[in-house]
Amino acid sequence: MGKLRVRKMGEDRRTFIKAVLTGAIVGAAFPRDKVESAGPPLAKPLPPLPEGDGSLLRMQRELQRALQKPLDQRRWIMVIDLRKCVGCMACTVGCIAENHLPPGVVYRPVLEEEIGEYPHVTRRFTPRPCMQCDAPPCVPVCPTKATYKRPDGIVEINYDQCIGCRYCITACPYSARTFDFGENYSDGTPERQAYETSPSPEYGKKWDRTKGKSPVGNVRKCQFCLHRLNVGMLPTCVTTCIGVATYFGDANDSESLVAELMGKPNVMRLKEEMGTQPKVFYLL
Amino acid sequence: MKKSLYVLWGVALVVGLIGVYQRFVYGHQLAAYGSYVVWGLWVAAYIYFIGLSAGAFLLSSLVYVFDVKRLEKVGKLALFTAVITLFTALLSIWIDLGHMGRFWKVYTSFAWESMMAWMVWLYTAYFLLLLVETWFVMRSDLIRWSGKHGMQGAIARMLSFGRKDLSPAVIEKEKKIIRVLATIGIPLAIAFHGGVGALFGVIGARPYWHSGLYPILFLVGALASGGALLTAIVACFWPERGKDHEELVSSLGKITLGLLALDLLLEWAEITIALWGAIPAHVVGFKLILFGPYWWVFWIVHLFMGSLIPIVILTLWPRAVNLVGIATGLIAVTFLSVRVNIVVPALAAPEMEGLVRAYTDSRLQFAYFPSLHEWLVILFVVSLGIALFYVGYKSLPIVQMKEE
Repeated sequence: MGKLRVRKMGEDRRTFIKAVLTGAIVGAAFPRDKVESAGPPLAKPLPPLPEGDGSLLRMQRELQRALQKPLDQRRWIMVIDLRKCVGCMACTVGCIAENHLPPGVVYRPVLEEEIGEYPHVTRRFTPRPCMQCDAPPCVPVCPTKATYKRPDGIVEINYDQCIGCRYCITACPYSARTFDFGENYSDGTPERQAYETSPSPEYGKKWDRTKGKSPVGNVRKCQFCLHRLNVGMLPTCVTTCIGVATYFGDANDSESLVAELMGKPNVMRLKEEMGTQPKVFYLL
Repeated sequence: MKKSLYVLWGVALVVGLIGVYQRFVYGHQLAAYGSYVVWGLWVAAYIYFIGLSAGAFLLSSLVYVFDVKRLEKVGKLALFTAVITLFTALLSIWIDLGHMGRFWKVYTSFAWESMMAWMVWLYTAYFLLLLVETWFVMRSDLIRWSGKHGMQGAIARMLSFGRKDLSPAVIEKEKKIIRVLATIGIPLAIAFHGGVGALFGVIGARPYWHSGLYPILFLVGALASGGALLTAIVACFWPERGKDHEELVSSLGKITLGLLALDLLLEWAEITIALWGAIPAHVVGFKLILFGPYWWVFWIVHLFMGSLIPIVILTLWPRAVNLVGIATGLIAVTFLSVRVNIVVPALAAPEMEGLVRAYTDSRLQFAYFPSLHEWLVILFVVSLGIALFYVGYKSLPIVQMKEE
């Protein structure tokens, strides 16, 4: 939350004038369109959104707003309302379909705990995507720099650089990384199915697994559906959630829904004491 | 006897080759490890072999740096053992990679923060130094052998690179070079094998590994297992028998006994500190090795066969060559169980509650026992190592004879 600074009212006047003057000079030297091109160009123009004030539409509008900013000024976060989660696992399955995940690879399982003894039992469901930590223990251990933090905060894996040593899997405190063993759901059946042969769209590329190429033999993880974000769409787990228990957006936008939610008093993060600074917040 | 050993070796190699074939055709699909217990037998075998190498190398420095006369004769054998076991170690870990063809990326990425990258750079430097030093310690013997007929002569002529100078000045210079190389080798071997331990120790997410003792534990384990292997080889395969041989074996046996005792002391420290710490999440891994489904790996294989029996033999009959050979052979072989118990329990302890039932898949399990395929690959690696060792033993001047 360090970047969400609120400007103090009584700020030094000289600093203010200096900032305005610098801004004017920089603005004159670099035409407006050049400054904005600091962010990656959008693949397609963003789709027009219907009117309405539902939270999904609101988040989508905020997402489009965030995409207008340069990459390093976006700060993607996710907020999951555990009071709303019923453990239907639609997000888990939606994620598998979206990212074309093979058996054994799962980005967003829903942890299932049973608390108490019969008949005084309650169950707790905790969806667990990648936390996209601000201090990710998985990044420094990589011997080939194949995993790194992007300017927008997402921890990315370069499949072409990953040698498959799996050291990062051991380093993640959340078990958020899994290994692609090259298996398919249709193994042992007469033919491969289209959902397996069509390439995975991760990171905006086309990853064809059919010939045992990457991402087979790689470590894989949730990347907040980066390929969807870049075309103005919310992550699949957000749109498939039947009760809108998962929220997504830009924490650097103080007007956004997620910024509003992560400021609530009933917020917590997983293994917060480790200091990994996860960017997935849970509402209790 | 000899013939049946040949047959046994041949069968092991052929059966092992099936495993290697499977690995290249099916990738990782036939392995039993998954995404939670993500490292298995191959990683354990890697740290086992590389420990044998570091241990054997550090013992060779007793000869080439510290001039321990009593062990002079085994210097070359120790170095050659270090070469072969390092080769088997690298083969095991290479097979474990998801993309074997990309291993070179570790050299071009300069990932300074990664302990694994450091380990790879350091063992590469160590490998090069080891090869050069091994050549230098054999050089004068290779020149002497180059006049021989047959395979030994041919190999000696090839490896002596046409050099013929055996004058005292050259030999003296050679000794100096060896001493310099061996001296550089000591910190290098400590750094690289300590680095293997640190690779595990730095993982803060796994309380079972996250201990400052790890690099030290790895080095002591390396010395104990490497010393044991060397002693067993000297006890069983030394060409000359008699008083001198008995002296040599008993000295090596004593060293191994001391190192094993030190290793057990460190293990005791690791286990008891964790258990008395009584934070349940920190104890899971230790409880698994002590009372888990594979409790016998620790109690029977490591403590009974690999520690108690050898300690009794080495204490009561330190001069009985064959018994010392059996005792140290037991330590050397069973040390694989120590390595398995380093790698697996840390990963078999779930990091988060509710993960077990979160999403069901055979790759998302916390139980692990190596599959037949994994064993076959290791069988191949071991048979290949034995073959290379035997060929070297027969064709290179590794074992010093009296008349030379």
